[in-house]
Amino acid sequence: MRVNRYVFWGMTKSTLSHVFLMSVALTCMFPLFWMLRCALMSNATVFVDQALIPHHLNFGNFAIAWTKGNFAVYFLNSVIYTVCVVSGIVLISSLAAFAFSRLKFPGKNIIFYLFVAAMMIPLPGSFVALFVLMTKLHLINTRFGYILCMINVGLSMSILIFKTFFDKMPHDLEDAARIDGCSKIGLWWHVAMPLARPAIAVVVIFNSLSVWNEYILAFLLLGDSRLMPLQRGLMVFQGANSTDYPVLMAGLTMAAIPIIMVYLFMQKNIVKGLSSGAVVG
Amino acid sequence: MDQKAKNVTIFKDNLQNFLFVFPAFAIFCVFYIYPFYKMINLSFYDWRGIGPMHFIGIANYKELMGDHLWWDSIGHAGYITLIALTFQNALAFALAIVCDREIRMKRFYRVIFFIPPVLSEVVVGLIWNWILNPEMQNGQNIGLLNHFLYTSGLPQMVHNWLGDPKTALTTIAIVHSWKGFGWGFIMFLAGLQTIDKQLYEAARVDGAGAWKTFMNVTVPMMLPVILVVAILTILGSMQVFVLIIAMVNEGLVNHTDVPVTRIFSAMQNTNRFGYACSEAVIFGMILVCISFIMKRLSDKAKQV
Repeated sequence: MRVNRYVFWGMTKSTLSHVFLMSVALTCMFPLFWMLRCALMSNATVFVDQALIPHHLNFGNFAIAWTKGNFAVYFLNSVIYTVCVVSGIVLISSLAAFAFSRLKFPGKNIIFYLFVAAMMIPLPGSFVALFVLMTKLHLINTRFGYILCMINVGLSMSILIFKTFFDKMPHDLEDAARIDGCSKIGLWWHVAMPLARPAIAVVVIFNSLSVWNEYILAFLLLGDSRLMPLQRGLMVFQGANSTDYPVLMAGLTMAAIPIIMVYLFMQKNIVKGLSSGAVVG
Repeated sequence: MDQKAKNVTIFKDNLQNFLFVFPAFAIFCVFYIYPFYKMINLSFYDWRGIGPMHFIGIANYKELMGDHLWWDSIGHAGYITLIALTFQNALAFALAIVCDREIRMKRFYRVIFFIPPVLSEVVVGLIWNWILNPEMQNGQNIGLLNHFLYTSGLPQMVHNWLGDPKTALTTIAIVHSWKGFGWGFIMFLAGLQTIDKQLYEAARVDGAGAWKTFMNVTVPMMLPVILVVAILTILGSMQVFVLIIAMVNEGLVNHTDVPVTRIFSAMQNTNRFGYACSEAVIFGMILVCISFIMKRLSDKAKQV
């Protein structure tokens, strides 16, 4: 009888656990499902038809959002910004991290701790001063200005990830390459970078997520709708057509799908990066 | 080789090495250090964004001390932070503990729970804005939540969740928690997995029940992780901004204002750049103090 009681108790516990986990998982997914559902309805049915799965699927909203809603431009801009910023961050931060880890020059530690301190000190309102600076430099409303600002946002964290990785890298390979007459820059490009693929993956994923989802600086620096990324475009669209929910939901879907796809393919790296970030914090 | 030539080589070597850091350092100086300095500097001026700058000493700060809207906004952010710290993190911790056991579909749950955190605040805010829509059309609630409440026999619960000052902030805080709990969950789960399973075994042998084991093994072992999550939750929640403008779009200004919205409105609506900077400085100092205190706490927790 005792055994039976344990089995029974174990089963109840696991059922309860699954009920709990499942209900939270449903709460996570349902708003997204609702977004997709409404994106597939028309303006006439979205307010009337409350069925879970609409009777007539209407894919036209995506086309409307893409052309009339200007989302083709926003989407392309988001892709441009993400690619430029992320490749800039990878190059610049890995170069710096390589020097911090392997090379010597006066003031090295001070500069490194400056970067670390920048990561620890929250600067919530520095965008006011940044706006003043960008206006002075005539970089307001330019792609270049926004890209530079965003590179700065991701720099400290990425340098830290790369430096942690380079510090753990064995010196043998480098010594061999040095004896073969490889220059310092060659050591970085031909030896360190190919080995640093896991670190590159973490840096690329994290910065892609943050650039793709960024709103504040885009709001501050980009007023021209031809330069706006998706997040900014979504808010502009919502402000102008606040009742056109199906098309808005189609736009939201377009903004959400790429990030969810990247996440699903890369989730191992994301979890790894998060826990390494926790160690840093 | 004489000394001079040697010095030249060392100098060239150092310069070469510094060039590796130069791009990062230059960007950092221009886009971080300079704005940092300029923010503090501007906070002592009266400046409209263009035209002459008037040095006014600490007048901005004096005005700020008596600015009810500003302190209200800090209170609002504090309220959201409080809900995130308690409700969101408790949920995340409970989920992590359930998931830490041998349970089927662990991977599935882990993947699903982290989807809201990877979405942008704009996307999350606009989806919830639509779900919480208070309007009626043809006698039907068009927002999902109100429609659901109405049809499931709770018509008295139908409510303008984001339009009513009494519920707006709580609603925002709950959506903020919805977006954030998956992130805490991943951190807690990673922490739980580092706890040696033999400790649980030892506690069981000593006759400790589930609650005692939790209080005497799990919580003390998890304290450093809990504090890290708490610090990051506080810093993240105090600075919440995009989610709010996506959800209420400056509709309920004085009831859902947070510090960052105040800074923005000082800068863009009234063109008071100096005042915006003094707000930013004070807010930054508050955040630094909080994280400093929390850091001290977590250092203490690590020593024990």
